[in-house]
Amino acid sequence: MVDAIRLRDDDVHEEPAVSLDSFLDQANATAVRIEAGEDARQLLPFLDRLSLIEIDFPVFGDGRGYSAAQILRESGYTGELRASGDVLLDQLAYMRRCGFDAFAPDSPINFELMQQAFSRYDHVYQATSDQRGPIWRLRHG
Amino acid sequence: MYQYDQYDQKMVDTRVEEFRDQVKRRLAGDLTEDQFKPLRLMNGLYLQLHAYMLRVAVPYGTMSGKQMRMLGHIARKYDRDYGHFTTRQNIQYNWIKLEDAPDILADLASVEMHAIQTSGNCIRNISSDQFAGATADEIADPRPWAELLRQWSSFHPEFSYLPRKFKFAVIASDTDRAAMRLHDIGIQLVLNEAGELGAKFFVGGGMGRTPMIAPEIRNFVPADELISYAEACLRVYNRYGRRDNKYKARIKILVHELGKDEYTRQVEEEFAHMNQLGLNPPVEELARITQYFQDPPFDKQASDDLNLSDPDFALWVDQNIAKHKQPGYAIATISLKPRGGIPGDASSAQIDLMADLAEQYSFDELRVTHSQNIVLPHVRKSDLYALWQTLDEAGLAPANLDLITDSIACPGLDYCSLANARSIPLAQKISERFADLGRQRELGELKLKISGCINACGHHHAGHIGILGVDRKGTENYQLLLGGSGAEDASLAKITGPGFTEDGVIDAIETVTDLYLEQREDGERFIDTYRRVGMARFKEAIYG
Ligand code: HEM
Ligand code: SF4
Repeated sequence: MVDAIRLRDDDVHEEPAVSLDSFLDQANATAVRIEAGEDARQLLPFLDRLSLIEIDFPVFGDGRGYSAAQILRESGYTGELRASGDVLLDQLAYMRRCGFDAFAPDSPINFELMQQAFSRYDHVYQATSDQRGPIWRLRHG
Repeated sequence: MYQYDQYDQKMVDTRVEEFRDQVKRRLAGDLTEDQFKPLRLMNGLYLQLHAYMLRVAVPYGTMSGKQMRMLGHIARKYDRDYGHFTTRQNIQYNWIKLEDAPDILADLASVEMHAIQTSGNCIRNISSDQFAGATADEIADPRPWAELLRQWSSFHPEFSYLPRKFKFAVIASDTDRAAMRLHDIGIQLVLNEAGELGAKFFVGGGMGRTPMIAPEIRNFVPADELISYAEACLRVYNRYGRRDNKYKARIKILVHELGKDEYTRQVEEEFAHMNQLGLNPPVEELARITQYFQDPPFDKQASDDLNLSDPDFALWVDQNIAKHKQPGYAIATISLKPRGGIPGDASSAQIDLMADLAEQYSFDELRVTHSQNIVLPHVRKSDLYALWQTLDEAGLAPANLDLITDSIACPGLDYCSLANARSIPLAQKISERFADLGRQRELGELKLKISGCINACGHHHAGHIGILGVDRKGTENYQLLLGGSGAEDASLAKITGPGFTEDGVIDAIETVTDLYLEQREDGERFIDTYRRVGMARFKEAIYG
């Protein structure tokens, strides 16, 4: 495990993330980690008290975490959303578009190439939880 | 035809740069093949038996002459001078070098084309009716809807690592020329009681080893909710589709295992949420796109008269010409199934010629069909004879549309690492055996489809007659299937019994077609007779 990359300005959340099961058992935990097959919607009643949600990618081709992230952001979650596991350079931009703002990759990621990946596309075709305006909005104001 | 604006152009140009970087990192060893694979797949690049294969998207099968000519250029410059038109209205090149791929993508981008998401576990090129905008039997042109979906699905961040590939087809006619219900999502445009256009959704069709016909899950989705409804369908799949077994990962398995009603319930619940998120482009966007699909400037005085005194021309007209919505015009299908040829292949010279003919005779438009032919959608009837003469000289005028030699065949063992058996040589032999056009016409409409293995790239499940290559103790063996259809009367073909050798399966085809000729009643096609008479009778004829 290498240092997490954070795209947020707030302080790093110190409390370690617990599993979904133990989170649901505890009245005051503020950080949780969900596995690829777990239902992010179970967290919806607790979003106000959560500061960190970590979503695991067991292999980069398992795309369930993208939907989990979108669901959390669509429901108003504003805390840190961290992608962990098999998180690779070429998926970061899509992760960010789905609302991830921190990455804890298994192997280090070149910071410069990451910045390049984020700024590569000037425009996007879809509305997602990153709030970038899609091309159709530019066309029609 | 749709034309890119500055935004669309920028997107594909950026993709070319991005892929150039990725190839550079791969060649430098900074990316492992495992890491590179999903990236190249999202740009249409497969590694095959002998070389890389590149699949280029032809959105909803529509192209201009200039775009077609670029396809010929690529065949000439980067491949072995030919290309292969596919069952999903795309084109594939079989002999591509990795180093050349970025340049090819750049060439494509210069004519508003790309290979984005033509493979990989993402939303693939959207297919449609090859007669769209030309046929009288549609309620609207489906292509603006397909273009709206193309843009929405391109670079979709949430749905690029799905459990498996995902294919859409959009049609707007009760006659299904696109095998709509054999897609992951099939959409038929319909009118509601208020006369508004909307989308009927069919979800969970597909071929492969577990073929399924998609059930209808919603009879009307309004235009301004199309995207959020599609998002809901995909999100349920992305979250719950199986990832433990590649062969059970398609959405058809999810819909089947949950049951259509439960899947629909989950989609509707997700939709109720997603429809509030502002995901839908305004109706002005669909209107903007629709502007590009206006009718070409038809000559309203064009005559319906046709001189059929040349008997070969008359045959071609009878077989390959379809009725156009505009009097005085016709829809012409160019068959890429010459006697003994490879179904769907065209040389660069033929591609160039078809591009010229589109410019000269068809308002600069061509279509690729799901049965691997090319259509000139808007030809004046008075030009047909000249068109036919030119095609005939170039070997592009087989008068066999929808006949037994108009077969579909997958690449099979000649190219494909998954194959059990060869498909192309079998298609060629069948084409020779049934070469007599009189005999073919006597047999009438007969959809013959060949796959070299259970993955069903050759649509054998949807063939009136299907052939499936299997491996029997290390030798190639072919099973015969009967009774499938990919059209509006969709059905799945059934295996007749034990398999055959290559010659044996051709003999068996003759046996079943002979039985059909003997048993048919007035006006019945092969498939109709089969459905009436039943499998048992056919089995008996084949196996005695
Ligand atoms: C030569 C290399 C090819 C390979 C290795 C290959 C591999 C596969 C595999 C594994 C499947 C099954 C996917 C699944 O069910 O999840 C499949 C399906 C399919 N392939 Fe191919 N294919 C190849 C070429 C082609 C070509 C050239 C065409 C078009 C002419 C084609 C059209 C299709 C279609 C239409 C399906 C069925 C889609 C469905 O199940 O709904 N494939 N292919
Ligand atoms: S059906 Fe099988 S043999 Fe034919 S192309 Fe597909 S995977 Fe290859």
